Amino acid sequence: MSVLYIVVPVALLIVAVAVGAFVWAANRGQFDDLETPALRMLHDDEERILPANDRGPVSPP
Amino acid sequence: MTSVRCLRCVHCGLDVPAGFVEPGAASQFCCAGCRVAYRIIHEHGLDQYYRLGEKREAAVRSTQRTYEEFDHPSFEDLYVRDAGNGLSEVELYIEGVHCASCVWLVERVPFLLEGVARAELEVRRSLARITWDANAVKLSNVARMLDSLGYAPHPYRGVRRDALRRKEDRAMLVRIGVSGAIAGNLMLAAAALYAGWAGGMEHEWQLFFRWVSFVLVTPTILWPGRVFFAGAWSALRARTLHMDVPIALGLAAGYVQGAINTIRDSGPIYFDGLAVLVFLLLVGRYVQQRGQRAAADGAELLFSLTPTTARVIDGAGAVHEVPAEALLPGTIIEVRPGETLAADGVVADGRSQLDMALLTGESRPESVGVGMKVYAGTVNVTSPIRVRVEQPGESSRVAKILRQVEESGRRRAPVVQAANRMAPWFVGGVLALAVVTFVVWRSRDPARAMDNAIALLIVTCPCALALSTPLAVSAAIARAARRGIFVKGGDALESLARPGRIFLDKTGTITESRTALVQWCGPEWVQPLVLALEAESTHPLAAGFRAAWPEAEVPRACETTHVVSGGIAGNVAGHRVIVGSPAFVKARALGSVGAMTSRMDASLTPVLVAVDGRIVAAAGLGDPIRGDAARSVARLRSRGWHVSVLSGDAGAVVAAIGRELDLPARDCEGGMSPEDKLHMVEKVRDEEDGPVVMVGDGVNDAAAIAAASVGIGVHGGAEACLSAADIYLTRPGLAPLVELVRGAERTMGVIKRNLAFSLAYNLAGAALAMTGSINPLVAAILMPASSLTVVLSSWHARTFVESPA
Repeated sequence: MSVLYIVVPVALLIVAVAVGAFVWAANRGQFDDLETPALRMLHDDEERILPANDRGPVSPP
Repeated sequence: MTSVRCLRCVHCGLDVPAGFVEPGAASQFCCAGCRVAYRIIHEHGLDQYYRLGEKREAAVRSTQRTYEEFDHPSFEDLYVRDAGNGLSEVELYIEGVHCASCVWLVERVPFLLEGVARAELEVRRSLARITWDANAVKLSNVARMLDSLGYAPHPYRGVRRDALRRKEDRAMLVRIGVSGAIAGNLMLAAAALYAGWAGGMEHEWQLFFRWVSFVLVTPTILWPGRVFFAGAWSALRARTLHMDVPIALGLAAGYVQGAINTIRDSGPIYFDGLAVLVFLLLVGRYVQQRGQRAAADGAELLFSLTPTTARVIDGAGAVHEVPAEALLPGTIIEVRPGETLAADGVVADGRSQLDMALLTGESRPESVGVGMKVYAGTVNVTSPIRVRVEQPGESSRVAKILRQVEESGRRRAPVVQAANRMAPWFVGGVLALAVVTFVVWRSRDPARAMDNAIALLIVTCPCALALSTPLAVSAAIARAARRGIFVKGGDALESLARPGRIFLDKTGTITESRTALVQWCGPEWVQPLVLALEAESTHPLAAGFRAAWPEAEVPRACETTHVVSGGIAGNVAGHRVIVGSPAFVKARALGSVGAMTSRMDASLTPVLVAVDGRIVAAAGLGDPIRGDAARSVARLRSRGWHVSVLSGDAGAVVAAIGRELDLPARDCEGGMSPEDKLHMVEKVRDEEDGPVVMVGDGVNDAAAIAAASVGIGVHGGAEACLSAADIYLTRPGLAPLVELVRGAERTMGVIKRNLAFSLAYNLAGAALAMTGSINPLVAAILMPASSLTVVLSSWHARTFVESPA
């Protein structure tokens, strides 16, 4: 049972890391908009639609 | 003809008007804007846009504006931020965003324009954040590109408050996350302790887990729990009892006593309960705040009502587009038909008709001429005018009304919820009981006195009580949203649960807010002749005729002459036809009209028709009453509501509507300015006991809506009115209003049930604690059980269901 003396502090450490990661993510704005990214992932990567040399400027009408 | 009607615009999916059909072309467009948008998308290989599936609901229209003002220095001062690396950043409110393909297209702008670094779109609020290199590309270019794709951009003025709010939101989320993680882990340690308590545990391990709990609970008290101490402190300083007071007291007492017991190695520790308490209370608070937040959210959109630019004519006669903020009194601005006035002023040149619906709610355009006062926010309908600015920007009448909206929003008491009203009593009671418990036990068994008093504070923890109202309300709000009723704050539902006074706006609320032919006295053969003339006119009444007889075969009219605020005359199929106001037609033709107009309703605009010098027909055009209005009003009245009509329209019109709805004449007020409506609502709110509800759809109602105890915006309303409203009905008509009132009654029922549940739990817990028979295991079961009951009871309540028609 004395393994608990190691396991529990390790578990607490993991909790601390997870909480730290969450706080970091929240402060970086990862949870600010939960709607748009869900739509954004429906789009394919632009490289496949648009070859790099095709990105010329357009003058709007 | 029928095959032509089936053509769909390749870009927006709407029907292609006959005049735009190109025979033989593979791609058809409904308008020039769609053609341009399609070309840009196609040329850049972005055709995937059309495969993203969703059909556009409205025509994609380019406004063809120059957006010159976006490059003006004063625009830059107001909206543009420095994003570092020589880049600038701006937030634009984008019209017409609603689906995945919109996100995709807007975020492709950097590929379409060199110099644009990033474009990010937030769908929920239609806000695009554009980062660009000001040296490489002008913002007006970016704006024109967005516009030509069908997404007209507007500057967004709420940036600073947004940043503040985002910070607040993040801090709240962090607190919930931290307290949740700690509560979960503490429960594990507590489970080990309870299992040991039942099955026997070596003292060494018991001590170990007590210390682990102590280590875990400390950050939750000091970090997320701090908000309760802050709340309690400010409540005490204001000499009131707030829900936070017993919570803070319980947390502090439980924590200190638990810490002492841990160090002394005897007696219960309360750490698991404390951690869960903090977590649940924070969640409840978050749910509550989100509802209130939505209410404040729309307020920013108020500003998009008045245009952001105006065309100024300088001394030399040249025309410049400048931001509306840069307008000075005395400047001459030009307003073309279809444009909105940017400032209050006096007409300096030209005659036209203005749609004043924004200010007066009056559905008929009013004629204006040189020297007449005109107001910002009204729309020029017929011909270009020049206006000398008198009150620009913040001093304009519409800005003042909008400020009143904001002020009433602020003045309104903070959400007074059932639980909050009970809080001082509850808090006082719990504190008194704790003292009694302590004193009584002290004389009997001093060792257990402190334990029992703390057990009482913890077990009567009001978390079920605190959750009961916000949970029931948010569940009801979610259900209501599925029925097309958008509720912004829980307090609105609470107010609607008992009957009071309902003020209905006329235009758009009771009526359909469009001009239609309601009465026609005359032979049928005249109809095509009238249509032929009206086809030449842009007057709103003409649209009423066209909508009434869409199938008629229309001959061509020639030699037509228009007389402003009079009528129209011309030759059609060999006849001399005159259509117009009674005065106009009577001056040019003979015939008696008494028989035709005597039966005409006062609410209608009369139009006479003369053919070859004789008056042959009379038409009554007006705004038809919605089909369900009379029945809905009757049902509201049967539920005890006092229904009145407030309208900016003339008294006779409103009285006629009142008769249709079977309302007594004293409850139908006509000729009300936005200010009158506001005063009326404020007066009744202060004098009468029950809730005062204002239902409307225009900016002229916005101030009254904001001042009412519950403001309701109806389908198709102006955005200002929607943002002032507590509730927005997306389905047309008044039937959703009846549904809303019934739903609110049921929601209050659920709240009362929840409160009864949690109070019962608390009473039982208090009794157990006072008799000293409570132990950690019972407390651990009682607390979550009470919260769970409340959660289940809220989510399964059938508050908003389809009501039998």
